[in-house]
Amino acid sequence: MSKQSARRVIPIKVEPVSTLDAEERAAVLAACAQLKAMPGSLLPICHAVQHALGFVPKDAVPLIAHELNLSIAEVHGVLSFYHYFRRERPGRHVVHLCRAEACQALGSQALEAHVKASLGVDFHGTTADGAISLEPVYCLGNCALGPSIMIDEHLRGRVSAARFDALMAGLRTPLR
Amino acid sequence: MSAAQRIFVPCDAAAVGIGADETANAIVAEALRRGLQIQLVRNGSRGMLWLEPLVEVEVAGSRHAYGPVQASDVAALFDADFIGGKPHTLAHGPTADIAYLRKQDRLTFARVGLTDPRSLTDYIGHGGYRGLQSALAMAPADIVASVTASGLRGRGGAAFPAGIKWKTVLGAPGEQKYVVCNADEGDSGTFSDRMLMEGDPFVLIEGMTIAGLATGAHQGYIYLRWEYPEAKSMLEAAISAAYADGYLGENIRGSGKRFDLEVRIGGGAYICGEETSLLESLEGKRGQVRFKPPLPALQGLFGKPTVINNVITFASVPIILDRGADYYQQFGLGRSRGTLPMQLAGNIKHGGLVEIAFGMTLRELMYDFGGGTLSGRPIRAVQVGGPLGAYLPESQFDTPLDYEAFAAIKGMLGHGGIVVFDDTVDMAAQARYAMEFCAIESCGKCTPCRIGSTRGVEVIDRLVAGEDAARQETILRDLCETLTYGSLCALGGLTPYPVVSALNHFHEDFVKSNVAQAPA
Repeated sequence: MSKQSARRVIPIKVEPVSTLDAEERAAVLAACAQLKAMPGSLLPICHAVQHALGFVPKDAVPLIAHELNLSIAEVHGVLSFYHYFRRERPGRHVVHLCRAEACQALGSQALEAHVKASLGVDFHGTTADGAISLEPVYCLGNCALGPSIMIDEHLRGRVSAARFDALMAGLRTPLR
Repeated sequence: MSAAQRIFVPCDAAAVGIGADETANAIVAEALRRGLQIQLVRNGSRGMLWLEPLVEVEVAGSRHAYGPVQASDVAALFDADFIGGKPHTLAHGPTADIAYLRKQDRLTFARVGLTDPRSLTDYIGHGGYRGLQSALAMAPADIVASVTASGLRGRGGAAFPAGIKWKTVLGAPGEQKYVVCNADEGDSGTFSDRMLMEGDPFVLIEGMTIAGLATGAHQGYIYLRWEYPEAKSMLEAAISAAYADGYLGENIRGSGKRFDLEVRIGGGAYICGEETSLLESLEGKRGQVRFKPPLPALQGLFGKPTVINNVITFASVPIILDRGADYYQQFGLGRSRGTLPMQLAGNIKHGGLVEIAFGMTLRELMYDFGGGTLSGRPIRAVQVGGPLGAYLPESQFDTPLDYEAFAAIKGMLGHGGIVVFDDTVDMAAQARYAMEFCAIESCGKCTPCRIGSTRGVEVIDRLVAGEDAARQETILRDLCETLTYGSLCALGGLTPYPVVSALNHFHEDFVKSNVAQAPA
């Protein structure tokens, strides 16, 4: 393969039109500027955008594609492949509930039913007050102390229905 | 008593998940209130997870265990003079004498739970970096020969001999080579990688550095799952410390040899634990499985020769280089040499990490270590080796923990996860879940896995509903055969293990609706 830098680059792509607001646009561009030189940068960039905004907006896709000189399909393909990336704005907190076998052995299906009923949402949904988004996850690596959930980046083990309710009440209390 | 007394409270995510931070804060506050001088150390977990948060107090050079200690127990512990190592209902005596720990062969996990994982000084003080020191004085081929002679096989699940993989990379032409650590520990029932990375990140860094020296690779990547944020921060802190002291970078300890290391985060795709899919993901693509050959050892990351191993495999290398291949080789039996960190999980009374030489039986592990189920009911089924592992009935509990013995009963040890179920489990539901999981996590590249998994869910539903059950069972077995022999990688290829084993050993759960038959 010849060196990339030796080739004459003809700019044929103009920056795509998008509905991103100023903050979102800045976050996407900052992530690309900071990370695009690293080999295999697309995943780190998606992580950086999601870290900054809580999700990767739909219109970030053409912008990232433009910045990395990839096709929109390539970026969309990557983004949609990985379960972790969200394409809609989440609630203030994201709760991941473990669905894997070790938690099942300790009654996680019953917990799942309680969680969905008490929050009034299914997986991938956000509560009406915008406080909590619910996501499934396949193993949090806490298999000896299940059932497990992760609240934002905090793992919680031995989660009974009562403990779940207390944790959710804590999330909804201001200053916590 | 002039020096501040050391009190240890784990910072491991599992311990924190049931209150270790609150306990640590309460201890500091209570000591302050009583005017006592203490030094709080946040160590890794000892792996006795049912005792977490496990607080240890150092008394005259020996550590005494108390657990599980919630914040609300702290004042009472101070009243009982626990910092003098005095008795209390939560006391377990000297930690090293607890049978669960004493009966283990802690080689890879030697330091986990003992040291402060953020402290390079502590690591070196407990024998760290001696393996690298030996390796720096050796020729690459001699390092590889040592790893081969140790009998170390890949601990990720496939159990391929590590030395042979390394030798291929060493012999591969090319300036640019890579060392990649598979830290995408997605199997349910496994947490040894997480515990190791959170409890002793330097040993992984050391093992990968040795792999770099052995194969001529200068760049390493740790592909870590997003679900492990604590491990990420611990690894990044350890990598910074290693750079600062010249254990990573351009000139490792003045040897003139170079090795750089970086952590990359995955996107929550189980398939990325498959090595070629992981490499695709590291390259910034969809995590789709590659055809093999070419082997990653010859054309791996960015098409270059790549050593790719699991966390525990790399972490087992420093002790081999330090103590010698013979030392490691003397543990285990047959072709399974050394130790395997087993993880007791699910419905188990004493869940946790048990690192032992190969050869113990499953029954000993589940009852002698695990103490039976948490619910107190009989164990009905055990899934060994993650979501693609077989469900084993009571009659197979005497199988020794050994790669070949498990292969002989159409099961696998995999990454050493053991998920215990009591007699309330519905095995038809578990079989259905295995197919559902495969459908959700399939990368979509090959048809048997992508479509067969969805059809599998439907067939199991019809079978359980009793719609022409005998025919459905024939179809299901046929479908499983197609998955086994027609899939590109282990996800589709092994999903039949849990399904067929459930069908063979727990058939009564599948025919409840059409035959009036009492469950066993």
